[in-house]
Amino acid sequence: MKRTLPVIILAVLFSFATSIKVSSQCKGFAKQFCKLEILPYIHDGNYHAAILSEGEEAELYKTCFPDQEYRIAVCGSEALPPVEFKVIDADRNVLFDNKEHNMVKTWDFKVESAKQLKIVINVPAKDKKKADAEISSGCVAIMFGFKDK
Amino acid sequence: MLFKLKLFVSTPIIIGVVIFFASCSSGGNKNNTKEISVDSAELERDIFADISHAKQIFYSLPSPLESAMMIKSSGTHFTEKLLNPLSNVNKYTTNRSMAVSMGVYLTDLSYASLFDQAQTTIKYMEVSKKMADGLGITDAIDKTTIDRLEENINNRDIILDIISETFMSTSAFLRDNDRQPLATISLIGGWIEGLYLATQLAGDAPLKDNKIVDRIIDQKLSLDMVIKLMDSNKDNADIQYISVQINELKKVYDKITIKSSKIQPVVDEKTNVTTLKSTSSSDVTSEVFNELKETVKTIRNNFTL
Repeated sequence: MKRTLPVIILAVLFSFATSIKVSSQCKGFAKQFCKLEILPYIHDGNYHAAILSEGEEAELYKTCFPDQEYRIAVCGSEALPPVEFKVIDADRNVLFDNKEHNMVKTWDFKVESAKQLKIVINVPAKDKKKADAEISSGCVAIMFGFKDK
Repeated sequence: MLFKLKLFVSTPIIIGVVIFFASCSSGGNKNNTKEISVDSAELERDIFADISHAKQIFYSLPSPLESAMMIKSSGTHFTEKLLNPLSNVNKYTTNRSMAVSMGVYLTDLSYASLFDQAQTTIKYMEVSKKMADGLGITDAIDKTTIDRLEENINNRDIILDIISETFMSTSAFLRDNDRQPLATISLIGGWIEGLYLATQLAGDAPLKDNKIVDRIIDQKLSLDMVIKLMDSNKDNADIQYISVQINELKKVYDKITIKSSKIQPVVDEKTNVTTLKSTSSSDVTSEVFNELKETVKTIRNNFTL
């Protein structure tokens, strides 16, 4: 017990220190880089970010309302290949796919009636034959902005 | 003795290894699989129906700023007496009450700022700071934030940026410090305040062709997100308390059916803005709407009094 206790404490400290580092790193990335993509729209203040590796996906669910004009920005850090994102409705129709628009990071839209939308983010694998050890990871941030009317 | 010596020697080495790996992680580009938030509840509505392979799932609620913007774009006016009084601030002593009221005050200050209420905006930023301080959020709202607000009080773009930044920093701080339930509670507090302001401003006006009424009914869709957010922290006692209140709201929203047509995306080639064309209607009656108003008021009072 005496032998394992320091190891457990250090493991917990390690995990805590690493997660804080990673979180702060992504917040800084979102603030410094992704927020600029939102301009001239006003960032709504919500912040969603995760560390993703090549081949991994994230999803975001959001309700959008009439009388607002929205901009969604999806940004990946330099270590990652360009990030793919799709906007899908409740009927599973793809409303926007950035693969069909030169992998742009933003999409501007408005809705005529309130809608729940799903945003699927995918970090494509650069080379499927690569060994696991060579797979890149980095921050991916998803931010929304709207216009002040 | 030998074991003690080994432990004595190995502990600094382990600490060194810990620090080394923690500092390496700031580069963040090789095999780093840590997550930022933990929303991954099982889903039930159509939009949520597919089996997800995602590593990370986020549910996004209207932020205080977006709630206030919805109220403003519905053609309403500013009514100061609806705001949560500044004098209530001393009542909030628990983490839960401070997190809820921080969300409430941030929505109030967003609402005030969008109607160019300069002094009210500053006062409400000061009470939001008190709540943030109480929660140990050290760097989200400081004296510089208040000073910047005062210096730019006639520049709405900067004010909105300060508010958005404040909200982002407070919620990021709570999440980064393993206090996700409090971040969720603050978000729900802000959302309920937006709903309270909207229902009070709607008054007894006719329900048909009334933008503010439509936006209130639309919040049935946000309620789904609230429930998913709470599900991911359902073992937390504070979330359980909030959940009881939210379930009362759900019972009323369940009496309203929203029908919606299919979406037709149309791109404006000039502006490059896509309009998602569709129509929707609801079967809300005056009786149900009044019940909704009363339920929202009760929850808001439970949150703030």
